Amino acid sequence: MIGRKKAVRQHTLLKDLRSNRIYLLLLIPAILYVVIFSYIPMGGVVIAFKNYNYSAGIFGSPWVGLKNFRFLIISNKLWTLTRNTLSYNFVFIVLEMFLEVAFAVIINEMRCKWFKKTFQSFMFLPFFISWVVAVAVIQTMLDYDNGLITRMVESFGGEMVNIYTTSGPWPYLLVLFHAWKGVGYGSIIYLSAIANIDQEMYEAAEIDGANSWQKVFRITIPNLVPTMVIMFLLAVGQIFRGDFGMFYQLIGDNGVLLEAGDILDLYVYRAMSSGTNLGMSAAAGLYQSVLCFFTVVTVNYIVKRIQPDYTLF
Amino acid sequence: MQATRSHRRHLPMNEVTFRSLGYVALFIFGMLCVLPFYLIIVSSFASESSLIRNGFQLIPSEWSLSAYQFVFTNPARIGRAYFNTIFVTITGTFFSLLLSSLTGYVLSRPKFKWRNAFSFFFFFTTLFNGGLTPWYMMCTRVLHFKNTYAALILPLMFSVWNMIIAKNYMKGIPYEISESAKIDGAGELRIYFRLYLPIAKPLLATLGLFAALAYWNDWYNSMLFNTKEEYQSLQYFLQDMLSTIQALKQLVAQGNSELAEGATMPTTTMKMAMTCVVTGPIIFVYPLVQRYFVKGLTIGAVKG
Repeated sequence: MIGRKKAVRQHTLLKDLRSNRIYLLLLIPAILYVVIFSYIPMGGVVIAFKNYNYSAGIFGSPWVGLKNFRFLIISNKLWTLTRNTLSYNFVFIVLEMFLEVAFAVIINEMRCKWFKKTFQSFMFLPFFISWVVAVAVIQTMLDYDNGLITRMVESFGGEMVNIYTTSGPWPYLLVLFHAWKGVGYGSIIYLSAIANIDQEMYEAAEIDGANSWQKVFRITIPNLVPTMVIMFLLAVGQIFRGDFGMFYQLIGDNGVLLEAGDILDLYVYRAMSSGTNLGMSAAAGLYQSVLCFFTVVTVNYIVKRIQPDYTLF
Repeated sequence: MQATRSHRRHLPMNEVTFRSLGYVALFIFGMLCVLPFYLIIVSSFASESSLIRNGFQLIPSEWSLSAYQFVFTNPARIGRAYFNTIFVTITGTFFSLLLSSLTGYVLSRPKFKWRNAFSFFFFFTTLFNGGLTPWYMMCTRVLHFKNTYAALILPLMFSVWNMIIAKNYMKGIPYEISESAKIDGAGELRIYFRLYLPIAKPLLATLGLFAALAYWNDWYNSMLFNTKEEYQSLQYFLQDMLSTIQALKQLVAQGNSELAEGATMPTTTMKMAMTCVVTGPIIFVYPLVQRYFVKGLTIGAVKG
């Protein structure tokens, strides 16, 4: 009996394989890609538990247990790095979502077509440049000798500080630059969500005498909530990973600025590129991945409890 | 109907505030975004001395092309970086589009028995990964990426997010198209190439822009793998030059007389000119794909 059941199961599996073979075949390139670049490196996290040395390689290096992690904690770095990464990302997420939704609504409500089109394109510009170029632009504005902002401050009789020698203004600057570069793109995502809202709702509201404020707060924004939740979940899934490009290009290894903006990603990169402590670098990287994973799973679970339709997975 | 029409002609007070607030906010933010670019472009054509005397001006008092002359004094190196980036951008964008749209197509087929399992197999890599170090070791030790074009192309070739956007878009195309083609004897590949890709133009434009931007703006992989001049990307070349210029400026400021000749170099305007040269081409891609953009971007959940 049991043997026959097994045979039947095998038979159906073979049949399934045959009827799905073209799909499986077409998936091979992508499967190979993620196996090589994602799944095999996941196994590489064992480096975090080893005292890695080049000659011995991953398998030959001796196990050290949690020593790398203990070192990270003892050196007192981990807490500062985590706090910085988390708080910057939190501010980025909240502030930018607010601005993105606001601008999407504003652009959608605008009747003057050329103004709307022109300024939407302007907003989108910073998205097109790399952080290398963005930093060149920013330096030009803030340069101590003849930057635009410096000159403006001076012409109003103020005294400009050389911002590259003081960490004070950097938390604000980093938030500003991040929003500057990302909000234009983000608002397009919400605009495309607005485009999918049923127009009849607006028509009905107009007949009932609703004004613009009411239409925005009673129709547009409630209809954007699913997209907002998805975008939030996506961002939260990376909340322990900083924007390496921005932090590296703006702060890099400037010791003074690192006081304000040293994040986990910078540490991982420094520890790795110096080549002296691959184990600690891998440990910090694994720490990031595990925290991100648990955060997104937890938040997704909470969302599922409240409104199952809005979850990411 | 009558009511709404008159409603539009005489907007009540709070409607006026609503609209003008919107215009002001968009104007300010738009200006913040475009002004720096304008200043960079204009200043790259200004003379260094006028820039130092007057700072940045909306219309420079003295025009000059010397910054561009300096940028192109070593045409071989910048030419090589340009070639690398153009080659990598074209090749990479092509394969990236093929890979994400084909995978998205397969995962959107309702007849594919394991579509949800495979969707999750891909999606899981965005939830958890091994971190930078194991990935870097895979690339250098196993795949030997140091100073190769593969190092610039492969790391950006497949994005699970783009694939999910593709999958959701393909799901929106009526399945009957595929069914009737199948009755006519068309195979999956033929349906994908001949029927779905032409319909999915907005999707391809959007994902193509994403991919092209990622490749054009990539300095990271060049910094990690391709530090040899021959294989550098354009952005990494810019980063390298900017830090050289900065270092030179500091030495001059410290009164290092041996480098006095560096002082004659138009360092500030040169920075501007370099920035323009490096950014230029990719900005022109936007108008080409703009009309597809809002349509192509459908962010949705992973499941189902």
